[in-house]
Amino acid sequence: MARLTEENIRLAREIISRYPKPRSATIPLLHLAQEQDGFVTNEAMEHIGQLVGATSAEVYGTASFYEMFKFEPVGKYLINICGTMSCALMGSEELMHHAESRLGIHMGGTTADGLITLERAECQAACTEAPCLQVNYRYRFRVTAENFDTLVDQLQSGALEGEIPAHGTVAAVRQHIPADKGVGAVAPEDVTEGPAWLDGKAAL
Amino acid sequence: MTSNPGGTWPHAPGFYVGDRPKIVTSRFEYEDSYTLQRFEATDGYKGLRAALAKPAAEVHEEVRNATVLGRGGAGFPAGNKWGLTPQGVWPRYLVVNGDESEPGTYKDRLLMERDPHQLIEGCLIACYAAGLSQCFLYIRGEMALAQERVATALNEAYAAGYVGKNILGSKFSVDIVLHWGAGAYVVGEETALIESLEGNRGMPRLKPPYFPAAIGLYGQPTIVNNVETLANLPWLARNGAAAYTAVGTATSPGTRMVAVSGHVKRPGVYEIINGTTTFRDLIYGEEFCQGIRNGNELKAFVPGGGSAPWFTEDQLDVAFEGPQAGAAGSMLGSGAVMVMDSTTDIPRAALTLTRFYAHESCGKCTPCREGGTWLERILSRVVDGKGTDADLDQLLEVGQSICPGEFPHASNEKLGITAVPFPYRMNTICFVGPSAYAPVHSALTLFRSEFESRVTKRTLIPVTAVAQ
Amino acid sequence: MTTIDNTPEIDNVPPPDPNAVSITINGRTVAARKGELIIAAADRANEYIPRFCYHPRMSSVGMCRQCLVEVEGPRGPMMVVSCMTPVADGQIVRTNTPQVKRAHEGILELLLANHPLDCPVCDKGGECPLQDQAFSHGAGESRFVEEKRHYEKPIAISDLVYLDRERCILCDRCTRFADEVAGDPLISFTQRGNNTQVMTFPDEPFASYFSGNTVQICPVGALTAQPYRFKARPWDLEQRESTCTTCSVGCRTVVQSSRDELLRYQGVDSDPVNWGWLCDRGRFNFQSVNSEDRLESPQVKSGDSFVSTSWADALETVARTLRLATPGSVAILGGARGTNEDAFMWASLADAMGITMRDAQLDDGLPTSIFSYSQATIDSACAGGTVILLAPDLKEELPVLHLRLRDAADKKRIRIIEVSSHESGLTKQAWRSVRAESGTTASAVAALLADSAVAAQLSSGPVTIIAGRANLAESADLTIASVEAVLAAAPTASVLPVLRRGNVRGALSVGLAPQNGKDAAAILEAAANGQVECLILLGADPMADVADADLARRGIAGAKFVVAIDTFLTQSAAHADVVLPAAAYGEKDGTTMNLEGRVTNVVQKITPRGTSRADWMIAAELADLSGHDIGATTLADVQKLMAQRVPGFGATTTSVAIKRDGVVVSMASPTRTPLAVTSAPPRNSYEFRLDLSRKLYDRAVATLTSPALAGLAQGASVCIHPLDLERVGAAEGATVRVSNNHSSIVLPVRASESIPRGTAVVPFNQPGADIRELIRHGESVVDVRIESM
Repeated sequence: MARLTEENIRLAREIISRYPKPRSATIPLLHLAQEQDGFVTNEAMEHIGQLVGATSAEVYGTASFYEMFKFEPVGKYLINICGTMSCALMGSEELMHHAESRLGIHMGGTTADGLITLERAECQAACTEAPCLQVNYRYRFRVTAENFDTLVDQLQSGALEGEIPAHGTVAAVRQHIPADKGVGAVAPEDVTEGPAWLDGKAAL
Repeated sequence: MTSNPGGTWPHAPGFYVGDRPKIVTSRFEYEDSYTLQRFEATDGYKGLRAALAKPAAEVHEEVRNATVLGRGGAGFPAGNKWGLTPQGVWPRYLVVNGDESEPGTYKDRLLMERDPHQLIEGCLIACYAAGLSQCFLYIRGEMALAQERVATALNEAYAAGYVGKNILGSKFSVDIVLHWGAGAYVVGEETALIESLEGNRGMPRLKPPYFPAAIGLYGQPTIVNNVETLANLPWLARNGAAAYTAVGTATSPGTRMVAVSGHVKRPGVYEIINGTTTFRDLIYGEEFCQGIRNGNELKAFVPGGGSAPWFTEDQLDVAFEGPQAGAAGSMLGSGAVMVMDSTTDIPRAALTLTRFYAHESCGKCTPCREGGTWLERILSRVVDGKGTDADLDQLLEVGQSICPGEFPHASNEKLGITAVPFPYRMNTICFVGPSAYAPVHSALTLFRSEFESRVTKRTLIPVTAVAQ
Repeated sequence: MTTIDNTPEIDNVPPPDPNAVSITINGRTVAARKGELIIAAADRANEYIPRFCYHPRMSSVGMCRQCLVEVEGPRGPMMVVSCMTPVADGQIVRTNTPQVKRAHEGILELLLANHPLDCPVCDKGGECPLQDQAFSHGAGESRFVEEKRHYEKPIAISDLVYLDRERCILCDRCTRFADEVAGDPLISFTQRGNNTQVMTFPDEPFASYFSGNTVQICPVGALTAQPYRFKARPWDLEQRESTCTTCSVGCRTVVQSSRDELLRYQGVDSDPVNWGWLCDRGRFNFQSVNSEDRLESPQVKSGDSFVSTSWADALETVARTLRLATPGSVAILGGARGTNEDAFMWASLADAMGITMRDAQLDDGLPTSIFSYSQATIDSACAGGTVILLAPDLKEELPVLHLRLRDAADKKRIRIIEVSSHESGLTKQAWRSVRAESGTTASAVAALLADSAVAAQLSSGPVTIIAGRANLAESADLTIASVEAVLAAAPTASVLPVLRRGNVRGALSVGLAPQNGKDAAAILEAAANGQVECLILLGADPMADVADADLARRGIAGAKFVVAIDTFLTQSAAHADVVLPAAAYGEKDGTTMNLEGRVTNVVQKITPRGTSRADWMIAAELADLSGHDIGATTLADVQKLMAQRVPGFGATTTSVAIKRDGVVVSMASPTRTPLAVTSAPPRNSYEFRLDLSRKLYDRAVATLTSPALAGLAQGASVCIHPLDLERVGAAEGATVRVSNNHSSIVLPVRASESIPRGTAVVPFNQPGADIRELIRHGESVVDVRIESM
């Protein structure tokens, strides 16, 4: 827990290489750090700054802007219950109250066993399936008090281990651009000509 | 009829196919719609092949002729947007806005989860036509499944030679880089999206001079297109502009995806043909939402995402078209209708939206940063029954500091008020600040009595009044 | 009066402008320039638009939204922010309609909503743009009845700056400054929306040489400077505009005092020089003037100690010595610390007495032949073309010049080519940056300029060579050889000499330049050999500043009689026979000359400490006592004489311009003596080539005697490449023995990738073991062994 591991440094360099400027990899690398440690550590932010050419303050400035990055440990499962209009109209406030009493914590809190953190979230783009929630960014739709309880039971029993990775991992699949297939990123200042397929003609 | 892309939960997200012509959702009925195999079996990448057979300028011209309107909210024609890039400045980039997070909006996620190759094909056609040398596909951070599906599709497409160097043996080469966000609504604003993609805080840039088409990513010309907009291109490239404009209306050809949520019998996402549908059709039509739940009365609805001023039954027969909704005092925005029935606590409903925008303010412009939160706090107080009538006036006063002058609203026969058409004036760079005010203003204009019934009357409020 | 008038006085009218447009502001027609912002055009027309985030020297961010104005558009009046809307010909702007007034009141109410209104205990109170504009443009009362944001207050974000986040209105001025101007983005906005706050990274302070500027440009009291906290109220301050003489950039300042004590310097925007910025060393060393350790009365050596005496007594002692000494055996070292008038009077005295041994440099600059080349200015260097850096790290030595060059490179006006023995603060901005070991710079320059891309760049526009003494352990002749190497490839190049001391160019120009080639080193050598009967140290401290410490020691010891004229009892002054207390900066009027030859004024703001006097007065009295009539008894006399006698000075010292942007004086060019080709001996691969270079914070007396700055010197160490560290077999931070055949010292060792292999960088004049023991004047380079202990 700290700086990126050797394997993640390799991955980080691969990610950086896809962008014309290394700074663009900041958010993907913060995700990588969070995937490694479950939250974003100060050491990781320093390391990311070195990798992308930014000061730690700049990396922290960027990281703290975004909801998903946590700077302190959270539960293995982060449950975000949506509270915006469509979900609120369909009873998400009541669901939040139920969740708080079921887990014995308030919004923003983590269960004593470190398994579940509960958060109020904003619109998750599943408005027709209200009320909805996400567990580590995996959706659950039209959630009732009963199936919330079932979800908690499943999380506690480990039944969802295979389906839902621990907090930090968002997408379980990564993009890989094979060396022989990719065009490769070029710094914008090094591009002086239009693309080959325009045959020197101006695009419209 | 539906499958569940979210895993093993009993309830499926409601996409309703219907038997209307489909441009972007044609593969949704297949369980394996997201695979390369299914995509190739259903005309996949044929649009790309058709485009590559022509000079780039011709493809661009076709998109321009088809008047593909941007589906992100502003409704600017994509072909014209591409044409705003300055001549002879290289490189140029495509940034795909997949940061869908406008309250009520739910379509881009479906398009990414269910038909990622269609989006990739759309990106390729755009890059080819507009001479864009790299594409960044920015997907909202919280959408794990969409990220996985697009990543898988990209890996497949690279392996098959659809993306990367010398695509399909041609001179056309472009990388599509999957990029993902980390939770910030404002990043859906195109200049904030570019900031975020550059590794910065997602704060909107000044306009002018930073129209991204001229000065965008890394200061280079950049096209920012919405996912749904790009998803239209493969069909268009396969079938031609004439076929595309034959669907829908002259000013607004094609289809658009609409999510209807809230208190309706069958909330869902529908691909509708432009120019054929009114709000009444959407909310009450048999092939759409089939009416209000539990036989209740309609109280109000938000016609175009959380930022839009509200409509009531007086506007049910307004066509689901940008200009008509604008004249009636609101907007269609990102294609999202949220329906409130007679049981709805209006001040509380408005609060859920105002809280959203206050929470999502990037903090750059004073009116939004300070005003949004102030609105939220007054409104919370009122909702909790601790407000005074002075608070209601203060809500409008704070609103004036965000959006000076008359704010758009719908007409209402019972109240005897006439519509103030869109758009509003604003003291902020982007729409987040005004959006915090829109629900407050609509609710107060259309349902003032609901507020008045829960506040204490105070003719005077001392300036030193202490918070409750 | 506490507001700083930032409007430069313009002496001459510019030619007609092809980009001129005209706009209407509140019914009045106003001339403007294409591309200019409405707010800037309005400023010039004296139509004040309230603002917080807008700053003319930084890019617009449109954050605070306070500067909203109404512009007539195709669909009627539109509200726009004037800090991001450019003017257009025929544009109609209104800043005073009821709608605009409502908008201004609305924004101010929102800005004040979470502001603590703790003005009575705030340093900014009385000079606060938020306070002022709340009065001028606000509604007068707040309707915000909610609980305000709360943060811990204040927190130290560096040794010099405190941050109060409750007062902050999030205008992005400090963060923009740190990133855009200083290039030290160590503070950033963090969090989002209503919780946005300015912060450093945990445990990484805002350690920027320019941090004080953020305090000055903060439009509220969120950032305060530790040396000024709770020291005064703005309405109690008196101020005069002056020029900073900490280094030779010549930044314009205001000197502020209360009750005859200096309390603050603030930057003033001089367009050709500092753009309003100051470095922290220049900003905060006012403390030194107030120091308890200042010399207050003349001292005469009696036995091993000093006794205070009267001026009459002390001056007579000196005069007697001068009368008895043969003129050829008297030497004057220094003069760069004072004004032009000081130096001129001492030069006049020397002329009158026939004293030829004089030098305003201490073997730490360049030969005066550097002035024989075509001379550049800061503006001409930054205007375009190529800038070739053959200089020390400007960020460390001439910080605001560094800012100007950084800006020009960042905005792509210039391309920088740097040839140096280790990375500098401008390396990142450089178009080409080449490492050349000390002693090999000239050949590296020649090789670099032979490259076709570089040659093409050089021929594409003007070329400026920035020349200074990069390495105090390397012969100055080698710098001249490098300059010559550039001129061989680019004969029309001009030179900007970057000699560091405050008024060194002025002192050299008005008569304290060495004569007959006898410079400071030669003078000290002569003194060591018993050939100097009277050595006058005019604010000079050879024992601390001459790189060859042995030479300085021997010179001071060998001089038969030493007179020190200084503000503090320096190392060298301690060895003097007579010490005369000198008036310090802020205690005397006069003029100074910056590194480009620009003459500006410096002012007296407080009474000189004790009985101290300006150097020029001392010279005048000594002339009188020794029976020489120089013909000047007042400052005006001195300036008149100087205008007559010093070529180029003309009316400069009385011109209006010297009170802001100054007058550039072109100096009579000394004849260029053909350079004896010096080449450094090759380095034995087991040794390291020594690179002795300055840091901003060192044991300079004004730094040491300013409590806020005294602790900022990093300390002596030797810095080498990580692989060399491995080769030496020492751990980072361990002590190593650094030696050559002259001496041996022990220093902590550090590793840095910014230093090439084989080079050992040691910062000059730092607390700790003194590397100067290993240096001998006359050796063109110094090689050392480094051994683990």
